Amino acid sequence: MANPETKGRPDGAVPSIELRGISKSFGPVQANKDITLRVMPGTIHGIIGENGAGKSTLMSILYGFYKADAGEIIINRKPTTIPDSQAAIAAGIGMVFQHFKLVENFSVLENVILGAEDGGLLRPSLAKARKLLGELSKEYELNVDPDALIEDIGVGMQQRVEILKALYRHADILILDEPTGVLTPSEADHLFRILNGLKDEGKTIILITHKLREIMDITDTVSVMRRGEMTATVKTSETSPEQLAELMVGRKVLLRVEKRPAQPGAKVLEVENLRVIDEKKVERLKGVSFNVQAGEILGIAGVSGNGQSELLEVLGGYQSATGTVRVNGQDIDLTGRFSDGQSRRARGIAHVPEDRQREGLIMDFTAWENTAFGYHNDPKYSKGLLMDNDALRRDTEEKMQRFDVRPPNCWQPAKSFSGGNQQKIVLAREIERNPDLLLIGQPTRGVDIGAIEFIHQQIVALRDQGKAIVLVSVELEEILSLSDRIIVMFDGQIMGERLPDQTNEQELGLLMAGMKGQAA
Amino acid sequence: MDAMPKWAEVILIPLISLILAFFLSGLVILAIGENPIRALQIMISGALGSTYGWGYTLYYATNFIFTGLAVAVAFQARLFNIGGEGQAALGGLGVALICLYIPFPHWTMALPAAILGAAIFGAFWAMIPGYLQARLGVHVVITTIMFNFIGASILNYLLVDILRPPTSMNPATARFPDATNLPSLHDVLSVVGIPFSRAAPANISFFIAILACIVIWVLIWHTRLGYQIRAFGQSESAAKYAGISPEKIIMVTMLISGGLAGMMAINNVMGEAERLVQNAVEGAGFIGIAVALMGRSHPIGVFLAAILFGFLYQGGAELSLETSIPSDLIVVIQALVILFTGALDDMVRAPLKSMFLMFRKPEATPKAPKPAE
Repeated sequence: MANPETKGRPDGAVPSIELRGISKSFGPVQANKDITLRVMPGTIHGIIGENGAGKSTLMSILYGFYKADAGEIIINRKPTTIPDSQAAIAAGIGMVFQHFKLVENFSVLENVILGAEDGGLLRPSLAKARKLLGELSKEYELNVDPDALIEDIGVGMQQRVEILKALYRHADILILDEPTGVLTPSEADHLFRILNGLKDEGKTIILITHKLREIMDITDTVSVMRRGEMTATVKTSETSPEQLAELMVGRKVLLRVEKRPAQPGAKVLEVENLRVIDEKKVERLKGVSFNVQAGEILGIAGVSGNGQSELLEVLGGYQSATGTVRVNGQDIDLTGRFSDGQSRRARGIAHVPEDRQREGLIMDFTAWENTAFGYHNDPKYSKGLLMDNDALRRDTEEKMQRFDVRPPNCWQPAKSFSGGNQQKIVLAREIERNPDLLLIGQPTRGVDIGAIEFIHQQIVALRDQGKAIVLVSVELEEILSLSDRIIVMFDGQIMGERLPDQTNEQELGLLMAGMKGQAA
Repeated sequence: MDAMPKWAEVILIPLISLILAFFLSGLVILAIGENPIRALQIMISGALGSTYGWGYTLYYATNFIFTGLAVAVAFQARLFNIGGEGQAALGGLGVALICLYIPFPHWTMALPAAILGAAIFGAFWAMIPGYLQARLGVHVVITTIMFNFIGASILNYLLVDILRPPTSMNPATARFPDATNLPSLHDVLSVVGIPFSRAAPANISFFIAILACIVIWVLIWHTRLGYQIRAFGQSESAAKYAGISPEKIIMVTMLISGGLAGMMAINNVMGEAERLVQNAVEGAGFIGIAVALMGRSHPIGVFLAAILFGFLYQGGAELSLETSIPSDLIVVIQALVILFTGALDDMVRAPLKSMFLMFRKPEATPKAPKPAE
């Protein structure tokens, strides 16, 4: 609960935002427990924590989506209640969500004034906004064209529109939720320059992220959340990534992947001149060729949406394409007429899809039902005409044991497992098939640090058994530490191939942005 | 992590909804100056108080089990087949053709043939909307409801112009041969010595309906096909990933669904009327939607909900006979039950959920995370 004696500090510095004893529970789940936080104006404060640590709940309380059960919010020395987002805006809080809240077929200008129009007529508001937008853009290097349609501009610029929206509403406290998830390294650098500019103006910035490196790079102070509690608040200059990771997880974690040099064998996957044209007649893959050998991990880097997903879908058998794909020297049908996910699995291809909640798992199915998913025709799981659910459950329990899925209850629906445990269920299902080729997309997206370590070890172990692995990830760190060879995709094409020990994030970042010349 | 135990989800919610619906119905009856308690007594004694009442209740329930299962199976694949009415009508045609034109020596041979005919005709009527959905993405809700009208028109034409015996003025087929007449519940139960009303229409089809519930339960939860149907219903994108063909599942599911709706005809056409009359389905196809909703698309739920609606049908009929309550009000009561158990089910679920959460809180607190180290 609140401490009256902390009100107003003798040194005169007033925190621009202060939380005292914020608690929130959803039924038996305590999402936030006695959270106390103070952030000074003109600083960047990071909040780091695993999935489900309570970061999002805390921010939702600040933005008026939830009401705290207890505690106070003090903004500029003034106790404030925030019943809804309008009140949050009035209190000077601006929020940039992970998933942008923009109207796709509106222009930048229209999006900025949406909900903040001055009167019934649009024209005066638009004129005013245009002027202000010009000033803001120049001041903070925001570089947006006010008349461009949202659907025509890139994600980096869309995010800057979100920032502009907040600034247009006179936000002094800017909260960004996982802002770099969709950005290239250079776009992220641009964002950080903008944030530093805002900080110099005296704005308060709260950055929520799970990326340790960003915290180290840009924040002044950092708070760590674990299981609904604020476990530590430290000056960034006085901490280290290792210490933060330990605070987040509650035990020591291995941040680097340990692996022996690869011993590549025969070619398992050969891809030649692969082209995909989607339903909207857009060419998603523009002639991609590469190969993968047994016992190596090929990392495919790139900003999401540059053809990697389509590549996995083609190889996984649910997207038609033209070109040639050979697995163990045998051609694979790409028209989709004679093959599907089932026949791919029969050819020794296992696939851990990028989006486990939409593709890899059926969220309402139990863990044991999910273990048969994609392999439901396996005779191992049948008994005459019926499915042998008992055998399937026994099999699931064994897999859950080996992959340390928690809780090891095969009757629990997939949706009630954490992200990391969901991924382990998928991984157990696919790896235990003993495939020749494993396709794996975003293996650690939304997965907590403790589980990341385990998943990486599994992938490397599979490689050491002589399997070929295609790894698609938007996390450069992951690509660099796991891959034996890296190709970078941009706009449906391969921009280049690098060896992980002969390249770095900057070079890969330029390739990911489509700048071949500079990177060469 | 589910807020509510399963029994609350499957039993408590429908029960509370039902009580609410009856309560509101009671108020309506009160408003027109009748005694709701007496009305309930009449309904219960009329529908369940005699083997005659039971005979009608189970007869209606049999119809609703078939149409309810039809909707429930389609729901599992997230398809909304509201064409049970038309599919059951076509099923009637199938039964009529088989009973009229194939000479059977005994009903035991006529019954399997009639089941097959009913299912094939019903499935055929669902196949066209299924194909349009699978191949062209034309929504089954639209096509199945349109096919109800087309089906009714076709039957009208056939009954008036083709199948009607030349000597008859009535738009109906001739009576089926005696050898195709199914044993009534009276006949079946007298074998084991249980006395049952001779006049009631319930017949051996009731047992076929129970069998259908069991078969569908096995199909949905214990076969590969059922697994694929449920997987597709939960997530089409995941189904594609797993190599489950959406087109195939839509087609197969619609065929099963239409076949089940068509099989209703062995009860009303073969078992009761013993000839095919106009509008033989009498809205049972639509009641099937409510039955499936209330039964949570589960065969056991469908069975229980069908019995309830059978009770409402029979009890309602008795009510309009014995009181001044107009027969329209019976429709109101049925509508209220449908409204509360089907459409407004979240209204009951949300408060119930928070109630369960409230009661769970004290026992969960000791398990909360320890204070920071």
